[in-house]
Amino acid sequence: MSDLAGRTPAHSSREMRRYPWQVRDSGQLLLVVAAGVWLVAAVAQTAAEGLQDPRIAIAFGALIAFGEVLRLNLPGDRETAPIGFAGALAYALLINVGTKFVQHSAEQVVTVAAIGMIIGALPHLAVGRPARVSGMAVRLLCVACVAYIFRPLASNSAVERHWGLAVTLMTALTVLALLLEAVLTALLRVDEQRARFRVALVDEMRVQLPLGAAVGASALLIAFAAEVMGLAALAVFTAPLLVTQVAFRRYAGIRATYLQTVRALAKVTEIGGYVEAGHSERVSRLAVAIGRELGIHEPQLLELEYAALMHDIGQLSLHDPIPGGATVLVSRQDQQRIAELGADVIQQAQVLGSVAEIVRRQNEPYRDTDHAAHGRAGLAEPSRPPLSSRIIKAANAFDDLVGSSLDPGRAAAAVQRLRLDTASEYDPATVEALSRVVNRRSVLL
Amino acid sequence: MGKLSRVALLYIGAVVVSAVVLVARGPFTGLRWQYVVFLGILVIVSESRATQLRKGQLTWSPSSAAMLASVVLAGPVGAAIVGACTALGLLRGPSILQRVFNTAMYALSAYLAGRAFLALGGQVGLPDEQSFPGIIAPFAGAALVLVVANHGLLSGVLWLTRPPDGTPSGVGVGLSGRLLLSDLGYAAYGLLIAALWSVVGFFAPLLVLIPLFVARWAVAQFAEQQKAYEATVGALCQAVETKDFYTRGHSDRVSRGSVMIAREIGMRGERVEAIRYAGMLHDVGKLGVPTKVLQKTGKLTEEEYAAIQLHPMRGLDIVREIGFLDEALAGIMHHHERIDGRGYPMGLAGDEIPEFARVLAVADAFDSMTSTRSYRGARPVAEAIEELRKWSGTQFDPAFVDAFVAALKREGWLRREAPVIAAEDLATVTAQDHDDPGAPLRVIDSL
Repeated sequence: MSDLAGRTPAHSSREMRRYPWQVRDSGQLLLVVAAGVWLVAAVAQTAAEGLQDPRIAIAFGALIAFGEVLRLNLPGDRETAPIGFAGALAYALLINVGTKFVQHSAEQVVTVAAIGMIIGALPHLAVGRPARVSGMAVRLLCVACVAYIFRPLASNSAVERHWGLAVTLMTALTVLALLLEAVLTALLRVDEQRARFRVALVDEMRVQLPLGAAVGASALLIAFAAEVMGLAALAVFTAPLLVTQVAFRRYAGIRATYLQTVRALAKVTEIGGYVEAGHSERVSRLAVAIGRELGIHEPQLLELEYAALMHDIGQLSLHDPIPGGATVLVSRQDQQRIAELGADVIQQAQVLGSVAEIVRRQNEPYRDTDHAAHGRAGLAEPSRPPLSSRIIKAANAFDDLVGSSLDPGRAAAAVQRLRLDTASEYDPATVEALSRVVNRRSVLL
Repeated sequence: MGKLSRVALLYIGAVVVSAVVLVARGPFTGLRWQYVVFLGILVIVSESRATQLRKGQLTWSPSSAAMLASVVLAGPVGAAIVGACTALGLLRGPSILQRVFNTAMYALSAYLAGRAFLALGGQVGLPDEQSFPGIIAPFAGAALVLVVANHGLLSGVLWLTRPPDGTPSGVGVGLSGRLLLSDLGYAAYGLLIAALWSVVGFFAPLLVLIPLFVARWAVAQFAEQQKAYEATVGALCQAVETKDFYTRGHSDRVSRGSVMIAREIGMRGERVEAIRYAGMLHDVGKLGVPTKVLQKTGKLTEEEYAAIQLHPMRGLDIVREIGFLDEALAGIMHHHERIDGRGYPMGLAGDEIPEFARVLAVADAFDSMTSTRSYRGARPVAEAIEELRKWSGTQFDPAFVDAFVAALKREGWLRREAPVIAAEDLATVTAQDHDDPGAPLRVIDSL
């Protein structure tokens, strides 16, 4: 259930489901290979030197494995392993356990973290969930960076004697690890979803910041507290992170249910015979793809998705369904009425204010030629409809023309027709983005 | 807190006076102010971002951890001062009197906890390796005293200021055992703060509290999303209902009625939540029924009747993909089954009908009868109850009818005004109501 609940916006699980050995994207492949090579070298070195402090290594390995079992899905189809990550970082940052000074090498940190992660991933594979090798590779690379910087310094007596210096250094390295994780994950998403890097990075940091703070603080706590309470620190300071994780799981769960519900209820227009089957879902998928192409950030992308799903909800208030439901074929006034009625419905929810606005203005032409004439006469030009409204307008028109057909010729003709109308009706940039999305899709077919 | 009784004022006064006296007695010599100041600031910060448990009445924050750390580091008087820092929390809302009471309550609880710590043999000051594990027992005693004193004092004031209408007072709601346990859990972090202080200094409380703050942030986000979710579902259900003037608000009321029954029979919290949504969504499938059938005044043909009978299945088709409890789905699908097996869509009988469906059926029929229809006015509640009783055992599950009647007697039923029909709406009224047990659908006898 938690797996289901965690899958959220923008793309359905069927697009994302892939087997661990099907590393499709080049960026992912590069990342996994890099982590793999590093790991092999580290394991070889550790094997040659022998394991330092095996008891401590096993305790941390177990914590990392436990954290990997309890992976967490965050909104936006992100999978993280907060407890495992915190455990691995703490192991890299460890100086003392009780009165004992620990001296494991950076290679040993990488080896222990990797073995813990792999053991923790096994239960996921056993129940048929994807192993998500790329996520593990990202975490391993971040831990490796911290370990290779900090392990040589840990034996430095200056670091050991001045707690202020140690705290500053360890905090800085933890922040570095979290930043690196955001950058690498954003790069993967650029590759996977064709998002823009800057947009993906900002989105990633926004989603990861709160949980990242908790992970970083817990890693530091475990590393420091091990000095006072020994290995008991692992259990004690995993507890608050566990509480945090439970809270996040519930949050991600309600986000997912929310989206599922809007998707499901958007279908009432189809069951009532107002629009063609699958119309809302197709328009929303297309709109989100266009939005991503145009560099829209994730929170606005979610609003766009909601608006696209519900763009025809106003038709419920019509007494008789429009034949075939194609809004592009009815008069401008009727279209406007449907948009207004739909926006009123959404407005009632009181929480989706901007979604209502997007739906309300979904039919407005990009450039009102009448007003443009007035503008020359000295009147102020009316504001352009929001980008999301322009996207829905184009996606809706495209779907009314093409429907569920997969014929690339028909799609190209529809794009061409929209392009001819970019002088006033459709936003040229949106239509070009639509064209790129559609082209990519027909290549894939 | 509106107007307070004399007893309540006396109680608050007693708490305030004892807190002031105990703190004023000191001793202040040897008090480690650096801990008091730092932990006090921490309490102010966490109180400023406290979570509201119940609107305008109860708030909660992890400041107990900071207070217990001060018990270990600064002793009873220091702890009381740290506790009193809650007064400076920047939380908007509480009245002056509430603020004064809270301050005194925290100061008093923290002081008592400090005394308990000393009485059990605890040593005030920075703990080192030799302090463990001897410090654990006194600390646990102090934590218990703090939490119990806090909850006890708070329960007292809530009980004395409970609303006069005799609703089962909120004491149970706000101060559940779960909250007490989680408070004890947070209190344990006080010891960790104190222990870590020797390693990383004032950095310790910051580090310890970050994960807790993040957890609370996530909980707040969850609550916000849930509220948004509820509002959205409500709005969409209303959109479905606009098609029919007379049934506006029906889903909402059926939802409320079902929840009343569910609470009465003691359903678990999450099932009550699920039945609430099931009630709101139970008729979405009606959209698949052509408008002309819903608005037909004469007898229905076999096909038209079949179309109406299909609506629970249509509803299920719509909501199937929503990942909530299967029980709610079963409830939506079977809410028109009858105990005697003559319902639709599957003709289940007795216990074969899912529990949710049997609950929904009662609330559904009751709201239909007490609402105005084009062919009759709204019937009084008493008459509708009589009708429910009449069909109890044949159409409805007697246990749920009894539960509903009991809940109605206690809580009453929010009647709505008879709708005033605007001329433009005349076209969109239901001529027959498939939910009305008093006026069954009339079907043309088969040929």
